[in-house]
Amino acid sequence: MAAAGTLPPRPDRRDPAWVGRVAWTLFGLVLLAPALVATEFRPWVLLEPDNLKVTRRFVADFFPPKLELSFLAMVARETWRTVAIATAGMALALVIAVPLTLLSTSALSVSALPGRMGALPFAIRLAIRWLLIVLRSIPELIWALVFVRVVGLGPTAGVLAIALTYGGMLGKVYAEILESGETLVTGSLLRNGAGRLQAFFYGLLPQSSAELTSYTVYRWECAIRSSAVLGFVGAGGLGQQMDTSMKMFAGSEVATMLAVFVLLVWLADLASGWLRRALA
Amino acid sequence: MTQARPFAGGATHPEAARAAAAAPVGAELELQGLAARHPAAAADAPPALQPLSLTIRPGEQVAVIGPSGAGKTTLLHVLACALRPSAGGLRIDGADPWSLPVARLQRLRGRLFLAPQTPPLPPRQRVITAVLAGRLPAQTLAASLRSLFYPSGIGHAEAALERFDLAPKLWDRVDRLSGGERQRVGLARALLSPASLWLVDEPLSALDPTRAALAIDTLTAAARERGATLVATLHQVDVAVARFERVIGLRDGHLAFDLPATEVTRERLARLYVQHEHELAGGPPTPLAVSPAAPAPPPVMHCR
Repeated sequence: MAAAGTLPPRPDRRDPAWVGRVAWTLFGLVLLAPALVATEFRPWVLLEPDNLKVTRRFVADFFPPKLELSFLAMVARETWRTVAIATAGMALALVIAVPLTLLSTSALSVSALPGRMGALPFAIRLAIRWLLIVLRSIPELIWALVFVRVVGLGPTAGVLAIALTYGGMLGKVYAEILESGETLVTGSLLRNGAGRLQAFFYGLLPQSSAELTSYTVYRWECAIRSSAVLGFVGAGGLGQQMDTSMKMFAGSEVATMLAVFVLLVWLADLASGWLRRALA
Repeated sequence: MTQARPFAGGATHPEAARAAAAAPVGAELELQGLAARHPAAAADAPPALQPLSLTIRPGEQVAVIGPSGAGKTTLLHVLACALRPSAGGLRIDGADPWSLPVARLQRLRGRLFLAPQTPPLPPRQRVITAVLAGRLPAQTLAASLRSLFYPSGIGHAEAALERFDLAPKLWDRVDRLSGGERQRVGLARALLSPASLWLVDEPLSALDPTRAALAIDTLTAAARERGATLVATLHQVDVAVARFERVIGLRDGHLAFDLPATEVTRERLARLYVQHEHELAGGPPTPLAVSPAAPAPPPVMHCR
């Protein structure tokens, strides 16, 4: 205890955290300012009379949406094509992702059983990880542009684009899911002499199957949204029709297709939500 | 009853007979100045297992006892080729496992069955699948996948569970079982494995005395029937002395004694457990830390 005469020093009455808070706010603003300049962020342009007129005409065109039977039949066909592109792309993505996941998962390493993984297996796993990262870091839109040049306009480009990007994404996340779980079971099977694939099917898969399926279903839903966007670069489906209609300022057609697209995403969301709940 | 009971009258089932023929009966172990440390241990920490030499003959049944932290589990892991010795040599049937190529070592591991204290069972798996997983080393990949589609060898699995008084649980899911039931499922898996050396870590830790007696009788009897070598670590000193022919005492990683069970006296046990008397007294079985089917973590959901 301090001597009777000296009181403990009184705390400062000002909030010591205040300086830091102000500094970080100012720092954020300083970072933001050049970003606004670089992106030519001038929202008031929207309100200039000339631009307002164009906008008003385009939006006014939205009503009434086009409901001709032949047009609706075309929209239905293209919607179905969008779903088909997404599904076929996902199927191909799985063909890419599953083997790469199995090859890159360190939980299935036999050489790592006594402690440290061998140098060669480690290098192979690392190389596959990098391949997956490269695949997934190139957006599907870029792949689609490439494939439209290679295989021509149409759904094939969309399917290939989704397959490559999503293959990388699924592979990386699958490997993360498999390694985030308990590896005691798998390790124990491997230690008792089971093969890597046997250990996967009897140990790793039953532990993380629900999570893996749930993630796959969620990705499928993402792929549907993404395949609509891919249409804008000519990769087929609803997006391509929307692009054409927009270029022709056919607002009523755009309105119908937007409504159908919202409906489609809602249905996909519903389906995937139901599937994921059923798996939980 | 047409179903063959493989454990009652030897290997009558053709598949079991083939497995038995493939695995030479019993395994001989030689340890010479063998020391081991945990891969995660600090470099300057003393090894969990100090240099020790011993020989275990084919078909022998050995109990390893000693206070907590004596190196019992480490010894089992070294014997199972799950941990590389840091010094000295290990020979299994006269061959050094760590000089084998990876594929041969993995095949050798199929002859060694290590049952960890916490039974390694996926919560969503069914008991039948968990038990049949013991056969994996003897099966081709195609056969093991077919067995996932429709279990092959239901009779074998049932017979193995029956011996641990668990037959009614054949079709249950693992996460519906109690800690003690899970431990017995883990032991039943040993009966299905093609191994000729069973390394069992604390097989009784989650069992009440009656079940513990049944489990240890079943293990020793089944090992004897097939001529498998059995090494078990035990906290129950009385069980070790009563049911095993040979008892190894470990303390602080050193070999304290290695004697026929009849020569293990009260004084030796008292000396082995100095400052750990409560473990020698054999308190109630410590219940396994059973993780109640942990709630699934929210799935990873980043869009890119």
